[in-house]
Amino acid sequence: MKILLIEDDREAAEYLEKALTEAGHTTHVAGDGETGFALADSGDYDVLIVDRMLPRRDGLSVIAGLRARGSETPVLILSALGEVDDRVTGLRAGGDDYLTKPFAFSELLARIEVLKRRAGAKDVETVYRAGDLELDRLSHTVRRSGREITLQPREFRLLEYLMRHAGQVVTRTMLLENVWDYHFDPQTNVIDVHVSRLRGKIEKGFDKPILHTVRGAGYMLRAG
Amino acid sequence: MRLPPIIKTTAARLSALYLLLFGAFAIVLVFYMTSVSVRILAGQTQETINEETSSLVRAYERGGLLFLVRVVEQRARQPGANLYLVADANGRILSGNVESLQPGVLETAGWTERPFFYQRYGEGGGAAPGGGAATTGPHEAIALVIRLPNQMILLVGRDLGEPERFRKVVQRALILSLGFMGLGAFLIWFFVGRTALRRIDSVSEASARIMGGDLSGRLPVTGAGDEFDRLSENLNTMLSRIAVLNEGLKQVSDNIAHDLKTPLTRLRSRAEAALAGAEDTDDYREALQATISESDQLIRTFNAILMISRFEAGYSTESTESLDLATVVADVVDLYEPVAEESGVAMDAHVTGPLLVSGNRELAAQALSNLVDNAIKYTAGQADSPRVTVSASRSGGEVRVSIADNGPGIPAEDRQRATERFVRLEKSRSRPGSGLGLSLAKAIMTFHGGRIELDDAAPGLKVTMIFPSARSSA
Repeated sequence: MKILLIEDDREAAEYLEKALTEAGHTTHVAGDGETGFALADSGDYDVLIVDRMLPRRDGLSVIAGLRARGSETPVLILSALGEVDDRVTGLRAGGDDYLTKPFAFSELLARIEVLKRRAGAKDVETVYRAGDLELDRLSHTVRRSGREITLQPREFRLLEYLMRHAGQVVTRTMLLENVWDYHFDPQTNVIDVHVSRLRGKIEKGFDKPILHTVRGAGYMLRAG
Repeated sequence: MRLPPIIKTTAARLSALYLLLFGAFAIVLVFYMTSVSVRILAGQTQETINEETSSLVRAYERGGLLFLVRVVEQRARQPGANLYLVADANGRILSGNVESLQPGVLETAGWTERPFFYQRYGEGGGAAPGGGAATTGPHEAIALVIRLPNQMILLVGRDLGEPERFRKVVQRALILSLGFMGLGAFLIWFFVGRTALRRIDSVSEASARIMGGDLSGRLPVTGAGDEFDRLSENLNTMLSRIAVLNEGLKQVSDNIAHDLKTPLTRLRSRAEAALAGAEDTDDYREALQATISESDQLIRTFNAILMISRFEAGYSTESTESLDLATVVADVVDLYEPVAEESGVAMDAHVTGPLLVSGNRELAAQALSNLVDNAIKYTAGQADSPRVTVSASRSGGEVRVSIADNGPGIPAEDRQRATERFVRLEKSRSRPGSGLGLSLAKAIMTFHGGRIELDDAAPGLKVTMIFPSARSSA
């Protein structure tokens, strides 16, 4: 994946560039808003990672400028401003996702992968499949190896999100944000408990595990 | 040159201004009145003199000089302020009640230009016999001088003693009134300065004492309920608020020093131990993972501290909207239900919705989830059949969301303290958490204009979040 990182903090940029490259992505870095805008405007990037506070041109203005020119490249906003209202402002300016500093690299990686996938999957799928697991969004049914699994509405939405991003790491925060639509930091491992319940339902009685815990990052739904 | 301190008081300035203003007014008034009265008196004097003169001239015309002299002698004997004098062409006095005159008075006919001095007949004593020598007599007068056809001189005048006396009376009145003004100024200083302004002084003395470090000091309130009392009361409220904020600040720094130093030290020693003792990359990996989760906990704690401080300082960028608390309660119960089940805690909810308040969904959910989290944590394994009940309903103008458990509860004397930052009652010291859950919930309730109450659930603890109900927009 080709990623453009617009970040003025040299140390953070170098670290991220190295880590993203190691994760298999081609990464370019722009040190200020103007350069970033010019590079992003070329349109060759799959995902943009934009810091909010940048020299020469503010991050939000870069994003708004790109959107005004018709660019649909997914944008992840990185910012030290993490209040709900800050996030709302960022997303309204045209950002697709918002991550607050300090953040875990695994979280950033998981989010950009999801962003890329979302940008690619424009078609409206009604049935998601992962190995022998099948989720039908229209009939609200889940089957594994043809056997129907009964899920509660919240569990269904949890599985739906995981299946939509099958093969990608999904963090606990992403689940809380997307399944429950809350952005605060729960004190205990509430999400883990929900996931382990779901896991019990979709794995019990089947020999192969399908919902994997990625240590230090989150979860991944993967067949085999 | 430094003025004595008394001059610098408002009372002294007010008195001085009063004295100046009213003194000037009195002087102007007195001068105006004297000049007017003196003019009237002078007019009367002239009229009298004119009448006397014309009657004497008529006497001369009728009976000649001798008759005139007789009439003058006669009139001069009468008591009064009138002067009569008949002199020959050389100015020698022939008759009248004047013994001597200021020289030169008789030389020109008509009205004397200005008052002159004279000596009455029989008053000169032996000191100036024969007259003429008296340049400054004891009396002042004005007069009309007429040259009779035979070159004789007739002078009719009037002593100015009377207007002079009048002037003196007025002068005394002026001095007396100025004296009263001074007394008035003193009384103003006494009442304004001693009563009202002294209270301002006491306020500034008290504030100086407070600034000097006695932060528990308060301004005096007399109970009179006047402007000064209101000022003192408001300043006292402000001081209390400052004291609370100050105390909070002190607590934050103390607690940061205490509660954050511990995990930071742990973090450091863990990294150090890993460097010193790790055998292989797996050991390093484990040490680093522990380090990361420790830092995550630190970041979480810092975020909570910042959030609490922001709400307590009374500014926040978070916005509020019309919010149905019933859905928030349902969300949080849904989120925590599996956690409760896993901990062996029965959780149920009694919500009669909708419960509209003006609030922030994220914050309300965060506060509630902190409280539910606490309730589950402290009830699990503590009671025979642990149970957490969340109930929400409207009562009066408020929406109350209660979280009751049947755990060990908090003794009444500790309840107030429990909502303070970092306060972890002894029993909970050993449990994970930052000790910020309750105080964050409290701060969020403050942001919503509500409050939090801790009660005995007999047994257990009941925490109630009280939101002011949304104003029904008609």
